[in-house]
Amino acid sequence: MSEAPEKPFRLLPRVTPTNEHFWRGGREGELRFLRCGPCREYVHPPAPRCPACLSKDLAPAAVSGLGTVHTFTLNHQQWVPSADHPYAIAVVALDEQSDLRLMSNVVHCPADSVHIGMRVRVVFENHDDDVWFPLFEPVDGAAQ
Amino acid sequence: MSEPMERRACITGIGQSQIGRRIGRDPLDLTLDACIAAIEDAGLTRDQIDGITTYPGAMGGAPGFTGAGVTEVQDALRLKLSWYTGALEQPGQLGAVVNACMAVACGLADHVLCFRSVWEATAQGSGKRSGIGLPSGGGGGGFRPSGTMEWSLPFRAYSAANWIALSAQRHFHEFGTTREQLAGIALNARRNAALNPNAIYRDPMSLDDYLAARMISTPLCLFDCDVPCDGATAMIVSRREVAGDLRRRPIGVEAVGTAIRGRPSWDQWDDLTTMALRDAGAMMWERTDLTPADVDVAELYDGFSFITLAWLEALGFCEKGEGGPFVEGGTRIALDGDLPLNTNGGQLSGGRLHGFGFLHEACVQLWGEGGERQVGGDPEVAVAAAGGGPLGGCLLLTGPR
Repeated sequence: MSEAPEKPFRLLPRVTPTNEHFWRGGREGELRFLRCGPCREYVHPPAPRCPACLSKDLAPAAVSGLGTVHTFTLNHQQWVPSADHPYAIAVVALDEQSDLRLMSNVVHCPADSVHIGMRVRVVFENHDDDVWFPLFEPVDGAAQ
Repeated sequence: MSEPMERRACITGIGQSQIGRRIGRDPLDLTLDACIAAIEDAGLTRDQIDGITTYPGAMGGAPGFTGAGVTEVQDALRLKLSWYTGALEQPGQLGAVVNACMAVACGLADHVLCFRSVWEATAQGSGKRSGIGLPSGGGGGGFRPSGTMEWSLPFRAYSAANWIALSAQRHFHEFGTTREQLAGIALNARRNAALNPNAIYRDPMSLDDYLAARMISTPLCLFDCDVPCDGATAMIVSRREVAGDLRRRPIGVEAVGTAIRGRPSWDQWDDLTTMALRDAGAMMWERTDLTPADVDVAELYDGFSFITLAWLEALGFCEKGEGGPFVEGGTRIALDGDLPLNTNGGQLSGGRLHGFGFLHEACVQLWGEGGERQVGGDPEVAVAAAGGGPLGGCLLLTGPR
């Protein structure tokens, strides 16, 4: 389970004015979510109104990028040919808000060291200078 | 609550086409076989069918996912309709049947033809689909996911196998569920499939076979995933007042469950161990005086084995978190057990008819026509449930009477 030397194939999302803060925040090294001005709720995926208070006063805000693996799976199936199977898919819960979650990948560690409760921080993987994928790596090196 | 609307509806006939791997037949041809069989089974003629409902209806997307839409079937049979609907956005595959119950209860139709057809085996086998439905041409062919897929596909979570695995892993973590326990569902399906001449996989499977199978997405192995097939399933939902003189004693619809009270998302759902099944199951029991102890046979969706385990908990057959011990060893869920489960082999071994197969089999069992796989003791109450992740719908059936 050595780390693949090259970036794996990824489907690129369709970047729009609505989601650009998320997919390109990594250009400045920031993981950004929409945040409600009046009630301070983080909103993900992006939406035109805050689901808590229905305000339209939403603006991108950077979070710490620190979180915890809420659940994960090691994907073995070759849905798309690549050299780094198995790889870890995880749902990461961000520190800022208990229900602020993101499906992502845990990288820079052996896949079989990934576990629920693992502390992780964001790291960005740039593709084509178009999208900066927010991925996560262990906070304290590899397996904890 | 006043009498639930579904008590005014009943199931009066069922039909199924040939089912198989890569049988290469025109999907509309398969669909009509099932529809005509259901109409004849009810003792109706096509002139009496005045409604149609289906899941998901005509749509783009991965080839094989839908074999026919409403209009194709209506036109092929020259039906004169008072009401129709076909849609993907509803409470799981069986949401279409709930729609039929509403239509007859409200007087929009007397006899509604409900169908679901698939040809995924042929579509995948002919190279028209790469398993995950990505456009060909390598590199995704310029395809850029949007909508809900925007938040999973870019992170290489290409398949429902990955999304359900995330739920299963969380369940394993919170409740100590094990692969050996989960195997109980797959092994039970295979045992029952051996007694179903229409099932796809009928060869015996052991726990060792299961544990040795290649991993797909931990903790799910190959045998935790259903098998794509070609085939169509249909049933007739009738208004009870017009069902009395038909060929069969009708099967009653005691209660339906269609609720979704959390976020409609694979990864944003509040409790990944329950998925939306929790709300559909709870709602169904709110609409009846019957209880889980009254159920004689359960047909619970197994697109992945873990979904069946989650349905068992959602429907109250065991406590939350106790699904693993409940199915372990398979005794309790066997044909002669306390709760016979997925009596035709489910989708894991019977074939991925995508939801409607469970309702069909519930009717077979209540009519006492299961042959070698018939549950003993003349079952009187059955539950059929379909869907996983943010999709879930279920029906409690009684009868026939």
